[in-house]
Amino acid sequence: MSETDTAWIETALTSARPQAVGALLRYFRDLDTAEEAFQNACLRALKTWPQNGPPRDPAAWLIMVGRNVAIDEVRRTRKQQPLPEDDQAISDLDDAEGALADRLDGSHYRDDILRLMFICCHPQLPATQQIALALRIVSGLTVKQIARAFLVSDAAMEQRITRAKAKVAEAGTPFETPGAVERSERLAGVAAMIYLIFNEGYSASGDTAELRKPLCEEAIRLARLLLRLFQSEPEIMGLTALILLQHARSAARFAADGSLILLDDQDRTLWNGTMIAEGLALIDKAMRHRRSGPYQIQAAIAALHARASTPDETDWTQIDLLYGALELVQPSPVVTLNRAVAVSKVRGPQAALDLIEPLAPKLANYFHFYGVRGAFLMQLGRNDEARIAFDRAIALANTSAEAAHIRMHIDRLIRDSQPKGANGGARQGAKAK
Amino acid sequence: MLYAILCYHDEDFVGSWSKDQDEAVMKKLAVVQEKLTSQGRLGPVARLLPTTAAATLRKEDPPLVLDGPYAETKEQLLGFYIVDCKNLDDALDVARDLGAANPGGAYEVRPVGVFRPGGIPA
Repeated sequence: MSETDTAWIETALTSARPQAVGALLRYFRDLDTAEEAFQNACLRALKTWPQNGPPRDPAAWLIMVGRNVAIDEVRRTRKQQPLPEDDQAISDLDDAEGALADRLDGSHYRDDILRLMFICCHPQLPATQQIALALRIVSGLTVKQIARAFLVSDAAMEQRITRAKAKVAEAGTPFETPGAVERSERLAGVAAMIYLIFNEGYSASGDTAELRKPLCEEAIRLARLLLRLFQSEPEIMGLTALILLQHARSAARFAADGSLILLDDQDRTLWNGTMIAEGLALIDKAMRHRRSGPYQIQAAIAALHARASTPDETDWTQIDLLYGALELVQPSPVVTLNRAVAVSKVRGPQAALDLIEPLAPKLANYFHFYGVRGAFLMQLGRNDEARIAFDRAIALANTSAEAAHIRMHIDRLIRDSQPKGANGGARQGAKAK
Repeated sequence: MLYAILCYHDEDFVGSWSKDQDEAVMKKLAVVQEKLTSQGRLGPVARLLPTTAAATLRKEDPPLVLDGPYAETKEQLLGFYIVDCKNLDDALDVARDLGAANPGGAYEVRPVGVFRPGGIPA
């Protein structure tokens, strides 16, 4: 078997994974058993698929084989153990798989996948454990891959996943088919988890962006999968659109030296046109439902940025309105802070500053608050106060890229405060805004 | 006689391709397309965005817009249009006009990701 063959089989296994592990979990009601059964089925697939060709329905094949291998295992180890239901283990898998796989009930898949995702976003797990568990169980990333994406050691990640699994087992999880209300609650939880995965990758700084990109790509894959299962959920359309539109900019977000490039300064020709087209198509579709929610509103904002071929063409009035709507459905000082940027473009820096001043007590330790505040003060010519805000921002910066970005503002302030005519610095500074 | 060759594949599978795998496929396809182009036999080539980006207009009265791709086994694909539209609403308007002229069935409105016009003389 050539190396390329293996790569394609691995892709087939990855794509079948959520469905197969979900079904095995419904059957065995235990994450470890389901995962192990799937691994064993994968090993068999790697052996038999290259010879016999891939089966017509890889997921059904993997479910069937995974079940049988696990049942065989139970038989071998505990002779007296009664088998679950009336299923029989088949030793001659090659001949039996086709017909049996066809008889699997496809209507369960949707709930299986949702249940699998829901278990990973168990409300009792902290966000970092939710993400790690989802990447391990739903996406099938290795512990090593996840550890690398999170920038922690393999051992620490192994421990995090083991802990998460233990907590899930301890809490007990309902396995019956969820009702309509519960399903929509679960759906919201799963959407939030996918967005967390995306943000985990997206918040990377310049030197780690490449390393963490797989998290963004995996989040997009999961969002698309969820949307295939729930094709008429506008918020899932919104979520998928949002992360596509954000990820479309990834090639333009960092300079060669790893420093962050702001939206206004990004080379828009580097944006991924296909991803933007998909995102715009999805948000268009979502809006027709007239049931807006936070993901749709954020996606609509991202869409307005994506539609502008130059920063000057950005429809800031519309963005200001959308942030206003977001403040209503999801009030938070960070949303107001983001809105202030749009306000500064529409009604000037003083209006924007008035909007954010009351946020100071709540955002006293938030890097972006001081960065934005400093920028407004700078635009108003209150350079000394701006300098103080920027200093505070640097003290609170989470990454070297953030700190470097603020230093750039300070350099501009220093240039501006020099007497006019000195190297034309003042004019240059003004133009750069 | 012109022939339409319609591409089918499992979307979960294609959606799980890595960027490298995707590029490798596109490169191999380009070789085949290049050969056809040099013979003057290649018409338009389009790669569609995922089915999740699709909406379907059922040509009832009034026409009904549904999310997702068209999936009805008792009807067959009879033809297709490529139309330049501002957005989904615009595209659905076009589909509605077409539907008024040609009752029954459905139109799937599916954004195109890659489009090459091809070189067959009109």
